[in-house]
Amino acid sequence: MPASMESAAGLLRKTPLHAVHRESGAKMVPFGGWEMPVEYAGVIAEHLAVRSAAGLFDVSHMGEFEVAGPGALSFLQRVTSNNVAKLADGQAQYSALPMPSGAPVDDVIVSRKAADCFGLVVNASNIQKDFRWLQQQGPKHCELHDRSDEFALIAIQGPKAQAILQGLTPLELAGLRYYHFAEAELLGHPATISRTGYTGEDGFEILVTSDRAETLWRRLITVGQPQGLVPAGLGARDTLRLEARMCLYGNDMDETTSLIEAGLGWIVSVDEAKGDFVGRAVLEAQKKNGAPRRLVGFEIVGRGIARHGHPVSLKGAQVGVVTSGSFAPFLQKNIGLCYLPSEHSAVGIEFDVEIRGKLVPARVVPTPFYKRAR
Amino acid sequence: MYPQDLRYTKDHEWVRLVGERGTVGITEYAQKQLGDVVFLELPALGRALATGENFGTVESVKAVSELLSPVSGEVAEVNDALVKAPESVNTDPYGAGWMMVVKLADPALLGSLMDAAAYKAFVDSESK
Repeated sequence: MPASMESAAGLLRKTPLHAVHRESGAKMVPFGGWEMPVEYAGVIAEHLAVRSAAGLFDVSHMGEFEVAGPGALSFLQRVTSNNVAKLADGQAQYSALPMPSGAPVDDVIVSRKAADCFGLVVNASNIQKDFRWLQQQGPKHCELHDRSDEFALIAIQGPKAQAILQGLTPLELAGLRYYHFAEAELLGHPATISRTGYTGEDGFEILVTSDRAETLWRRLITVGQPQGLVPAGLGARDTLRLEARMCLYGNDMDETTSLIEAGLGWIVSVDEAKGDFVGRAVLEAQKKNGAPRRLVGFEIVGRGIARHGHPVSLKGAQVGVVTSGSFAPFLQKNIGLCYLPSEHSAVGIEFDVEIRGKLVPARVVPTPFYKRAR
Repeated sequence: MYPQDLRYTKDHEWVRLVGERGTVGITEYAQKQLGDVVFLELPALGRALATGENFGTVESVKAVSELLSPVSGEVAEVNDALVKAPESVNTDPYGAGWMMVVKLADPALLGSLMDAAAYKAFVDSESK
Protein backbone atom coordinates (compact mmCIF):
# COMPACT_ATOMS: atom_id res chain seq x y z
CA MET A 1 0.00 0.00 0.00
CA PRO A 2 1.45 3.35 -0.98
CA ALA A 3 2.91 5.29 1.95
CA SER A 4 1.16 8.42 0.70
CA MET A 5 -2.12 6.90 1.80
CA GLU A 6 -1.00 6.63 5.36
CA SER A 7 -1.39 9.31 7.95
CA ALA A 8 -0.09 9.58 11.49
CA ALA A 9 -1.24 6.64 13.59
CA GLY A 10 -3.07 8.85 16.06
CA LEU A 11 -5.24 10.39 13.36
CA LEU A 12 -6.48 7.17 11.80
CA ARG A 13 -10.23 6.74 11.60
CA LYS A 14 -11.93 3.58 12.79
CA THR A 15 -14.88 1.79 11.18
CA PRO A 16 -17.87 0.66 13.30
CA LEU A 17 -16.34 -2.85 13.18
CA HIS A 18 -12.94 -1.89 14.58
CA ALA A 19 -13.48 -3.61 17.94
CA VAL A 20 -14.68 -6.80 16.24
CA HIS A 21 -11.54 -6.95 14.09
CA ARG A 22 -9.34 -6.47 17.14
CA GLU A 23 -11.21 -9.21 18.95
CA SER A 24 -10.72 -11.56 15.95
CA GLY A 25 -6.97 -11.06 16.14
CA ALA A 26 -6.73 -9.12 12.89
CA LYS A 27 -3.48 -7.41 11.97
CA MET A 28 -4.43 -3.74 11.59
CA VAL A 29 -2.73 -1.32 9.18
CA PRO A 30 -3.22 2.28 8.07
CA PHE A 31 -5.01 2.53 4.72
CA GLY A 32 -6.49 5.64 3.13
CA GLY A 33 -6.56 7.40 6.49
CA TRP A 34 -8.26 4.47 8.22
CA GLU A 35 -7.04 1.74 10.51
CA MET A 36 -8.13 -1.39 8.65
CA PRO A 37 -7.68 -5.17 9.01
CA VAL A 38 -5.06 -6.38 6.51
CA GLU A 39 -5.37 -10.05 7.49
CA TYR A 40 -6.93 -12.35 10.08
CA ALA A 41 -5.75 -15.97 9.61
CA GLY A 42 -3.46 -15.15 6.66
CA VAL A 43 -3.80 -13.62 3.20
CA ILE A 44 -3.50 -16.92 1.31
CA ALA A 45 -6.10 -18.79 3.39
CA GLU A 46 -8.51 -15.86 3.11
CA HIS A 47 -7.95 -15.51 -0.63
CA LEU A 48 -8.58 -19.22 -1.24
CA ALA A 49 -11.67 -19.19 1.02
CA VAL A 50 -13.20 -16.48 -1.17
CA ARG A 51 -12.49 -18.49 -4.34
CA SER A 52 -13.90 -21.75 -2.92
CA ALA A 53 -16.49 -20.70 -0.29
CA ALA A 54 -16.87 -17.13 0.94
CA GLY A 55 -15.15 -14.22 2.68
CA LEU A 56 -16.51 -11.31 4.71
CA PHE A 57 -14.91 -7.89 4.23
CA ASP A 58 -15.34 -4.66 6.15
CA VAL A 59 -15.25 -1.96 3.50
CA SER A 60 -16.86 0.73 5.64
CA HIS A 61 -13.98 3.04 4.83
CA MET A 62 -15.45 3.54 1.34
CA GLY A 63 -17.38 6.78 0.90
CA GLU A 64 -21.06 7.16 0.02
CA PHE A 65 -22.44 10.30 -1.61
CA GLU A 66 -26.01 11.06 -2.58
CA VAL A 67 -27.04 13.31 -5.47
CA ALA A 68 -30.72 14.24 -5.27
CA GLY A 69 -33.02 16.62 -7.08
CA PRO A 70 -34.51 17.18 -10.53
CA GLY A 71 -31.05 18.07 -11.93
CA ALA A 72 -29.29 14.97 -10.54
CA LEU A 73 -29.24 12.97 -13.77
CA SER A 74 -27.94 15.80 -15.95
CA PHE A 75 -25.29 16.70 -13.33
CA LEU A 76 -24.06 13.09 -13.17
CA GLN A 77 -24.05 12.85 -16.97
CA ARG A 78 -21.73 15.85 -17.01
CA VAL A 79 -19.27 14.63 -14.32
CA THR A 80 -19.11 10.85 -14.87
CA SER A 81 -17.80 8.86 -17.84
CA ASN A 82 -20.47 6.17 -18.18
CA ASN A 83 -24.01 6.72 -19.48
CA VAL A 84 -26.17 7.25 -16.38
CA ALA A 85 -29.33 7.38 -18.52
CA LYS A 86 -28.98 3.64 -19.07
CA LEU A 87 -29.69 2.94 -15.41
CA ALA A 88 -33.13 1.83 -14.23
CA ASP A 89 -34.19 2.15 -10.59
CA GLY A 90 -32.26 -0.43 -8.59
CA GLN A 91 -29.40 -0.63 -11.05
CA ALA A 92 -25.76 0.38 -10.64
CA GLN A 93 -22.81 0.95 -12.96
CA TYR A 94 -19.05 1.17 -12.69
CA SER A 95 -17.91 4.63 -13.74
CA ALA A 96 -15.33 7.33 -13.14
CA LEU A 97 -15.06 11.07 -12.52
CA PRO A 98 -12.82 12.24 -15.36
CA MET A 99 -10.79 15.43 -15.45
CA PRO A 100 -10.54 17.43 -18.70
CA SER A 101 -7.34 15.43 -19.44
CA GLY A 102 -9.31 12.16 -19.44
CA ALA A 103 -7.61 10.96 -16.25
CA PRO A 104 -9.85 10.05 -13.33
CA VAL A 105 -10.24 12.01 -10.11
CA ASP A 106 -11.59 8.65 -8.87
CA ASP A 107 -13.38 5.52 -10.02
CA VAL A 108 -16.88 5.17 -8.59
CA ILE A 109 -20.05 3.13 -8.60
CA VAL A 110 -23.15 5.10 -9.58
CA SER A 111 -26.50 3.69 -8.50
CA ARG A 112 -29.99 4.89 -9.33
CA LYS A 113 -32.32 4.86 -6.33
CA ALA A 114 -35.01 6.89 -8.13
CA ALA A 115 -35.26 9.04 -11.26
CA ASP A 116 -34.09 12.02 -9.21
CA CYS A 117 -31.89 10.33 -6.60
CA PHE A 118 -28.54 8.64 -7.16
CA GLY A 119 -25.82 7.16 -4.98
CA LEU A 120 -22.07 7.25 -5.53
CA VAL A 121 -19.61 4.89 -3.84
CA VAL A 122 -16.10 6.40 -3.83
CA ASN A 123 -12.66 5.35 -2.63
CA ALA A 124 -11.84 5.97 1.03
CA SER A 125 -8.72 8.02 0.40
CA ASN A 126 -10.58 10.21 -2.13
CA ILE A 127 -13.72 11.11 -0.17
CA GLN A 128 -12.78 14.73 0.47
CA LYS A 129 -11.10 15.23 -2.90
CA ASP A 130 -14.11 13.83 -4.79
CA PHE A 131 -16.59 15.89 -2.79
CA ARG A 132 -14.67 19.12 -3.48
CA TRP A 133 -14.29 18.19 -7.15
CA LEU A 134 -18.00 17.55 -7.54
CA GLN A 135 -18.88 20.81 -5.76
CA GLN A 136 -16.53 22.67 -8.12
CA GLN A 137 -18.38 21.25 -11.12
CA GLY A 138 -21.42 23.21 -9.95
CA PRO A 139 -24.35 20.87 -9.27
CA LYS A 140 -27.53 22.49 -10.66
CA HIS A 141 -31.03 21.71 -9.42
CA CYS A 142 -29.68 18.98 -7.22
CA GLU A 143 -27.93 18.61 -3.90
CA LEU A 144 -24.79 16.68 -3.14
CA HIS A 145 -24.45 15.05 0.28
CA ASP A 146 -21.55 13.13 1.80
CA ARG A 147 -23.28 10.40 3.82
CA SER A 148 -20.15 8.31 4.44
CA ASP A 149 -20.31 8.65 8.22
CA GLU A 150 -23.85 7.27 8.45
CA PHE A 151 -23.11 3.86 6.96
CA ALA A 152 -21.10 0.71 7.27
CA LEU A 153 -20.40 -1.32 4.12
CA ILE A 154 -19.87 -5.07 4.42
CA ALA A 155 -19.00 -7.26 1.44
CA ILE A 156 -19.69 -10.99 1.35
CA GLN A 157 -17.92 -12.56 -1.62
CA GLY A 158 -17.55 -16.05 -2.99
CA PRO A 159 -19.59 -18.93 -4.43
CA LYS A 160 -21.34 -19.51 -1.09
CA ALA A 161 -22.21 -15.82 -0.55
CA GLN A 162 -25.79 -16.10 -1.77
CA ALA A 163 -26.62 -19.20 0.27
CA ILE A 164 -25.21 -17.64 3.43
CA LEU A 165 -26.83 -14.22 3.05
CA GLN A 166 -30.18 -15.73 2.03
CA GLY A 167 -30.58 -17.07 5.56
CA LEU A 168 -30.81 -13.53 6.95
CA THR A 169 -33.18 -11.80 4.52
CA PRO A 170 -36.61 -12.39 2.94
CA LEU A 171 -35.35 -10.74 -0.28
CA GLU A 172 -35.05 -13.40 -2.98
CA LEU A 173 -31.35 -13.04 -3.78
CA ALA A 174 -31.42 -15.38 -6.79
CA GLY A 175 -33.54 -12.72 -8.51
CA LEU A 176 -31.02 -9.95 -7.87
CA ARG A 177 -28.89 -9.57 -10.99
CA TYR A 178 -25.23 -8.49 -11.24
CA TYR A 179 -24.87 -4.74 -10.66
CA HIS A 180 -28.42 -4.46 -9.33
CA PHE A 181 -29.45 -3.60 -5.78
CA ALA A 182 -32.53 -3.68 -3.58
CA GLU A 183 -33.72 -2.21 -0.33
CA ALA A 184 -34.34 -5.21 1.87
CA GLU A 185 -34.97 -6.30 5.39
CA LEU A 186 -31.88 -7.86 6.92
CA LEU A 187 -32.15 -9.30 10.43
CA GLY A 188 -35.31 -7.24 10.76
CA HIS A 189 -33.65 -3.91 9.87
CA PRO A 190 -33.40 -2.00 6.59
CA ALA A 191 -30.35 -2.57 4.37
CA THR A 192 -29.32 -1.98 0.80
CA ILE A 193 -28.05 -5.18 -0.80
CA SER A 194 -26.23 -4.96 -4.13
CA ARG A 195 -24.78 -7.74 -6.24
CA THR A 196 -21.35 -6.16 -6.68
CA GLY A 197 -17.82 -6.76 -5.51
CA TYR A 198 -14.09 -6.42 -6.01
CA THR A 199 -12.91 -10.03 -5.99
CA GLY A 200 -13.88 -11.65 -9.30
CA GLU A 201 -16.43 -13.83 -7.49
CA ASP A 202 -20.17 -13.68 -7.13
CA GLY A 203 -21.13 -11.72 -4.05
CA PHE A 204 -22.90 -8.86 -2.38
CA GLU A 205 -22.15 -5.52 -0.78
CA ILE A 206 -24.41 -4.61 2.10
CA LEU A 207 -25.00 -1.05 3.21
CA VAL A 208 -26.42 -0.64 6.72
CA THR A 209 -26.49 2.18 9.24
CA SER A 210 -23.35 2.11 11.37
CA ASP A 211 -25.17 0.98 14.51
CA ARG A 212 -26.25 -2.26 12.75
CA ALA A 213 -22.79 -3.25 11.54
CA GLU A 214 -21.54 -5.27 14.49
CA THR A 215 -24.68 -7.40 14.93
CA LEU A 216 -24.79 -8.11 11.21
CA TRP A 217 -21.08 -9.02 11.01
CA ARG A 218 -21.30 -11.43 13.96
CA ARG A 219 -24.48 -13.05 12.64
CA LEU A 220 -23.00 -13.53 9.16
CA ILE A 221 -19.89 -15.15 10.63
CA THR A 222 -21.99 -17.49 12.80
CA VAL A 223 -24.32 -18.49 9.98
CA GLY A 224 -21.58 -18.66 7.37
CA GLN A 225 -18.80 -20.41 9.25
CA PRO A 226 -20.19 -23.94 8.69
CA GLN A 227 -20.20 -23.15 4.94
CA GLY A 228 -16.60 -21.97 4.95
CA LEU A 229 -17.07 -18.22 5.43
CA VAL A 230 -14.05 -16.46 6.95
CA PRO A 231 -13.33 -12.81 7.71
CA ALA A 232 -11.00 -11.45 5.03
CA GLY A 233 -8.77 -8.39 5.12
CA LEU A 234 -7.43 -5.81 2.72
CA GLY A 235 -4.52 -8.11 1.86
CA ALA A 236 -6.79 -10.73 0.30
CA ARG A 237 -8.99 -8.01 -1.20
CA ASP A 238 -5.93 -6.71 -3.04
CA THR A 239 -4.74 -10.09 -4.36
CA LEU A 240 -8.29 -11.11 -5.33
CA ARG A 241 -8.94 -7.92 -7.29
CA LEU A 242 -5.54 -8.20 -8.98
CA GLU A 243 -6.23 -11.78 -10.18
CA ALA A 244 -9.52 -10.44 -11.58
CA ARG A 245 -7.60 -7.49 -13.12
CA MET A 246 -9.63 -4.84 -11.39
CA CYS A 247 -7.82 -1.51 -11.15
CA LEU A 248 -6.86 0.02 -7.80
CA TYR A 249 -7.05 3.80 -7.75
CA GLY A 250 -3.73 5.33 -6.73
CA ASN A 251 -1.83 2.33 -8.14
CA ASP A 252 -3.10 1.32 -11.58
CA MET A 253 -4.74 4.64 -12.37
CA ASP A 254 -4.53 8.13 -11.01
CA GLU A 255 -4.63 11.73 -12.17
CA THR A 256 -1.91 11.04 -14.77
CA THR A 257 -3.43 8.03 -16.56
CA SER A 258 -6.36 8.34 -18.94
CA LEU A 259 -9.28 5.96 -18.60
CA ILE A 260 -8.57 4.61 -22.08
CA GLU A 261 -4.93 3.88 -21.18
CA ALA A 262 -6.14 2.06 -18.06
CA GLY A 263 -8.31 -0.21 -20.24
CA LEU A 264 -11.50 1.38 -18.97
CA GLY A 265 -12.88 2.40 -22.36
CA TRP A 266 -15.90 0.26 -21.55
CA ILE A 267 -16.98 2.78 -18.89
CA VAL A 268 -16.49 5.73 -21.25
CA SER A 269 -19.71 6.41 -23.12
CA VAL A 270 -19.57 8.26 -26.40
CA ASP A 271 -23.29 7.72 -27.03
CA GLU A 272 -25.11 10.78 -28.29
CA ALA A 273 -27.54 10.39 -25.39
CA LYS A 274 -24.67 10.81 -22.94
CA GLY A 275 -24.07 14.39 -24.01
CA ASP A 276 -20.96 16.39 -23.18
CA PHE A 277 -19.00 15.53 -20.04
CA VAL A 278 -15.73 16.55 -18.43
CA GLY A 279 -12.91 14.94 -20.41
CA ARG A 280 -15.11 13.79 -23.28
CA ALA A 281 -13.07 15.38 -26.08
CA VAL A 282 -9.83 13.64 -25.04
CA LEU A 283 -11.46 10.33 -24.16
CA GLU A 284 -13.51 10.17 -27.36
CA ALA A 285 -10.40 10.86 -29.47
CA GLN A 286 -8.37 8.21 -27.58
CA LYS A 287 -11.19 5.71 -27.85
CA LYS A 288 -11.22 6.21 -31.62
CA ASN A 289 -7.50 6.58 -32.34
CA GLY A 290 -5.94 4.73 -29.42
CA ALA A 291 -3.80 6.02 -26.55
CA PRO A 292 0.01 6.17 -26.48
CA ARG A 293 0.26 3.54 -23.76
CA ARG A 294 -1.85 0.76 -22.34
CA LEU A 295 -2.20 -0.99 -18.98
CA VAL A 296 -1.35 -4.66 -19.47
CA GLY A 297 -1.33 -7.76 -17.32
CA PHE A 298 1.91 -9.72 -17.08
CA GLU A 299 3.39 -12.84 -15.58
CA ILE A 300 6.91 -12.98 -14.25
CA VAL A 301 8.78 -15.57 -16.33
CA GLY A 302 11.94 -15.59 -14.19
CA ARG A 303 12.23 -15.73 -10.41
CA GLY A 304 10.89 -12.87 -8.32
CA ILE A 305 7.79 -10.96 -7.31
CA ALA A 306 7.04 -7.68 -9.06
CA ARG A 307 5.89 -4.93 -6.71
CA HIS A 308 4.28 -1.53 -7.11
CA GLY A 309 6.97 0.91 -8.27
CA HIS A 310 9.48 -1.56 -9.73
CA PRO A 311 10.94 -0.17 -13.00
CA VAL A 312 9.77 -1.78 -16.26
CA SER A 313 12.07 -1.79 -19.27
CA LEU A 314 11.72 -2.78 -22.88
CA LYS A 315 14.90 -3.70 -24.78
CA GLY A 316 17.00 -1.92 -22.16
CA ALA A 317 15.01 1.34 -22.02
CA GLN A 318 12.83 2.10 -19.04
CA VAL A 319 9.22 2.60 -20.17
CA GLY A 320 7.36 2.72 -16.87
CA VAL A 321 6.83 1.08 -13.52
CA VAL A 322 4.83 -1.80 -12.12
CA THR A 323 1.52 -0.37 -10.92
CA SER A 324 0.39 -3.54 -9.08
CA GLY A 325 2.34 -6.71 -8.50
CA SER A 326 1.99 -9.72 -6.24
CA PHE A 327 2.13 -13.43 -5.78
CA ALA A 328 -1.30 -14.63 -6.95
CA PRO A 329 -2.48 -17.16 -4.35
CA PHE A 330 -5.08 -18.95 -6.49
CA LEU A 331 -3.06 -18.99 -9.71
CA GLN A 332 0.23 -19.72 -7.90
CA LYS A 333 2.06 -17.29 -10.17
CA ASN A 334 3.73 -13.93 -9.80
CA ILE A 335 1.61 -11.45 -11.71
CA GLY A 336 1.22 -7.73 -12.14
CA LEU A 337 -0.01 -4.74 -14.11
CA CYS A 338 2.04 -2.04 -15.82
CA TYR A 339 1.81 0.50 -18.60
CA LEU A 340 3.57 -0.29 -21.87
CA PRO A 341 3.80 1.73 -25.10
CA SER A 342 0.73 0.62 -27.08
CA GLU A 343 2.79 -0.63 -30.03
CA HIS A 344 4.63 -3.02 -27.65
CA SER A 345 1.71 -4.15 -25.54
CA ALA A 346 0.38 -7.25 -27.33
CA VAL A 347 -0.04 -10.58 -25.55
CA GLY A 348 3.26 -12.48 -25.69
CA ILE A 349 5.52 -9.39 -25.68
CA GLU A 350 8.47 -9.90 -23.33
CA PHE A 351 10.01 -7.18 -21.19
CA ASP A 352 11.97 -6.84 -17.95
CA VAL A 353 11.00 -5.89 -14.43
CA GLU A 354 13.82 -4.57 -12.29
CA ILE A 355 13.62 -6.28 -8.91
CA ARG A 356 16.23 -5.08 -6.41
CA GLY A 357 18.69 -4.22 -9.15
CA LYS A 358 18.17 -7.40 -11.17
CA LEU A 359 16.35 -7.58 -14.50
CA VAL A 360 13.74 -10.32 -14.35
CA PRO A 361 11.93 -11.33 -17.56
CA ALA A 362 8.13 -10.92 -17.74
CA ARG A 363 5.55 -11.57 -20.45
CA VAL A 364 2.26 -9.86 -21.36
CA VAL A 365 -0.63 -12.29 -20.82
CA PRO A 366 -4.38 -12.13 -21.48
CA THR A 367 -6.49 -10.69 -18.66
CA PRO A 368 -8.33 -11.16 -16.42
CA PHE A 369 -5.72 -13.51 -15.01
CA TYR A 370 -8.56 -15.30 -13.24
CA LYS A 371 -12.12 -15.71 -14.46
CA ARG A 372 -14.62 -17.69 -12.42
CA ALA A 373 -16.62 -20.47 -14.04
CA ARG A 374 -20.24 -19.41 -14.47
CA MET B 1 8.45 -19.54 20.92
CA TYR B 2 12.02 -18.70 22.05
CA PRO B 3 14.14 -21.88 22.02
CA GLN B 4 16.82 -21.77 24.72
CA ASP B 5 19.61 -23.16 22.54
CA LEU B 6 19.53 -20.24 20.07
CA ARG B 7 21.03 -16.77 19.91
CA TYR B 8 19.02 -13.86 18.54
CA THR B 9 19.44 -10.46 16.81
CA LYS B 10 17.40 -7.27 16.95
CA ASP B 11 16.51 -7.93 13.29
CA HIS B 12 14.79 -11.14 14.42
CA GLU B 13 17.23 -13.67 13.04
CA TRP B 14 18.38 -16.67 15.07
CA VAL B 15 21.61 -18.71 15.11
CA ARG B 16 22.15 -22.26 16.38
CA LEU B 17 25.81 -23.04 16.99
CA VAL B 18 27.16 -26.57 16.51
CA GLY B 19 30.94 -26.62 16.69
CA GLU B 20 32.13 -23.89 14.35
CA ARG B 21 28.99 -23.91 12.25
CA GLY B 22 26.05 -21.60 12.85
CA THR B 23 22.62 -22.39 11.37
CA VAL B 24 20.60 -19.23 10.60
CA GLY B 25 16.89 -18.51 10.21
CA ILE B 26 14.24 -15.94 11.18
CA THR B 27 12.24 -16.07 14.39
CA GLU B 28 8.65 -16.96 15.13
CA TYR B 29 7.98 -13.25 15.80
CA ALA B 30 9.47 -12.31 12.41
CA GLN B 31 7.39 -14.83 10.45
CA LYS B 32 4.23 -13.66 12.23
CA GLN B 33 4.98 -10.05 11.32
CA LEU B 34 5.60 -11.00 7.69
CA GLY B 35 2.56 -13.21 7.15
CA ASP B 36 2.43 -15.96 4.49
CA VAL B 37 5.95 -16.32 3.06
CA VAL B 38 5.90 -16.99 -0.69
CA PHE B 39 9.41 -16.21 -1.94
CA LEU B 40 12.99 -16.51 -0.77
CA GLU B 41 16.37 -15.52 -2.14
CA LEU B 42 19.32 -17.17 -0.40
CA PRO B 43 23.07 -16.66 -0.86
CA ALA B 44 25.44 -18.69 -3.02
CA LEU B 45 27.54 -21.39 -1.37
CA GLY B 46 30.99 -20.20 -0.38
CA ARG B 47 30.03 -16.54 -0.15
CA ALA B 48 31.85 -14.60 2.58
CA LEU B 49 29.45 -12.70 4.85
CA ALA B 50 30.16 -9.94 7.34
CA THR B 51 27.98 -9.49 10.40
CA GLY B 52 24.91 -7.45 9.47
CA GLU B 53 25.43 -8.02 5.73
CA ASN B 54 22.40 -8.66 3.53
CA PHE B 55 22.38 -12.38 2.68
CA GLY B 56 19.03 -12.60 0.94
CA THR B 57 15.39 -11.62 0.83
CA VAL B 58 12.21 -13.05 2.28
CA GLU B 59 8.85 -12.01 0.81
CA SER B 60 5.34 -12.59 2.06
CA VAL B 61 2.26 -11.83 -0.01
CA LYS B 62 2.29 -8.25 1.30
CA ALA B 63 5.83 -7.51 2.46
CA VAL B 64 9.47 -7.67 1.39
CA SER B 65 12.16 -8.02 4.03
CA GLU B 66 15.94 -8.13 3.77
CA LEU B 67 17.79 -10.90 5.56
CA LEU B 68 20.78 -9.69 7.57
CA SER B 69 23.47 -12.09 8.63
CA PRO B 70 23.78 -12.36 12.42
CA VAL B 71 27.34 -13.68 12.06
CA SER B 72 30.42 -13.40 9.87
CA GLY B 73 31.94 -16.30 8.00
CA GLU B 74 31.52 -18.40 4.90
CA VAL B 75 28.23 -19.85 3.63
CA ALA B 76 28.69 -23.64 4.01
CA GLU B 77 25.14 -24.83 3.31
CA VAL B 78 21.97 -23.34 1.81
CA ASN B 79 18.46 -24.70 2.36
CA ASP B 80 17.44 -25.22 -1.27
CA ALA B 81 14.35 -27.18 -0.19
CA LEU B 82 13.09 -24.05 1.55
CA VAL B 83 13.24 -22.05 -1.68
CA LYS B 84 10.77 -24.55 -3.16
CA ALA B 85 8.58 -24.61 -0.02
CA PRO B 86 8.92 -21.14 1.52
CA GLU B 87 5.80 -21.68 3.67
CA SER B 88 8.05 -23.69 6.06
CA VAL B 89 9.32 -20.31 7.29
CA ASN B 90 5.81 -19.85 8.74
CA THR B 91 5.08 -23.37 9.88
CA ASP B 92 8.48 -24.34 11.31
CA PRO B 93 10.75 -21.27 11.62
CA TYR B 94 13.27 -22.96 13.95
CA GLY B 95 13.31 -26.31 12.09
CA ALA B 96 12.56 -26.80 8.38
CA GLY B 97 12.63 -23.00 8.05
CA TRP B 98 16.43 -22.79 8.48
CA MET B 99 18.03 -20.74 5.71
CA MET B 100 21.78 -21.28 5.69
CA VAL B 101 24.72 -22.65 7.63
CA VAL B 102 27.72 -20.36 8.10
CA LYS B 103 31.21 -21.57 8.97
CA LEU B 104 31.92 -18.93 11.58
CA ALA B 105 34.98 -16.69 11.35
CA ASP B 106 34.94 -16.33 15.14
CA PRO B 107 32.48 -18.47 17.15
CA ALA B 108 33.29 -16.48 20.30
CA LEU B 109 31.51 -13.45 18.81
CA LEU B 110 28.21 -15.29 19.17
CA GLY B 111 28.25 -14.24 22.80
CA SER B 112 27.39 -10.69 21.75
CA LEU B 113 23.97 -11.82 20.47
CA MET B 114 20.90 -12.02 22.70
CA ASP B 115 19.98 -15.19 24.55
CA ALA B 116 16.35 -16.39 24.69
CA ALA B 117 15.43 -14.34 27.78
CA ALA B 118 16.97 -11.13 26.42
CA TYR B 119 15.32 -11.62 23.03
CA LYS B 120 11.91 -12.25 24.63
CA ALA B 121 12.27 -9.01 26.59
CA PHE B 122 13.25 -7.22 23.36
CA VAL B 123 10.21 -8.56 21.47
CA ASP B 124 7.89 -7.65 24.36
CA SER B 125 9.21 -4.08 24.33
CA GLU B 126 8.88 -3.86 20.51
CA SER B 127 5.33 -5.15 20.33
CA LYS B 128 4.03 -2.75 23.00
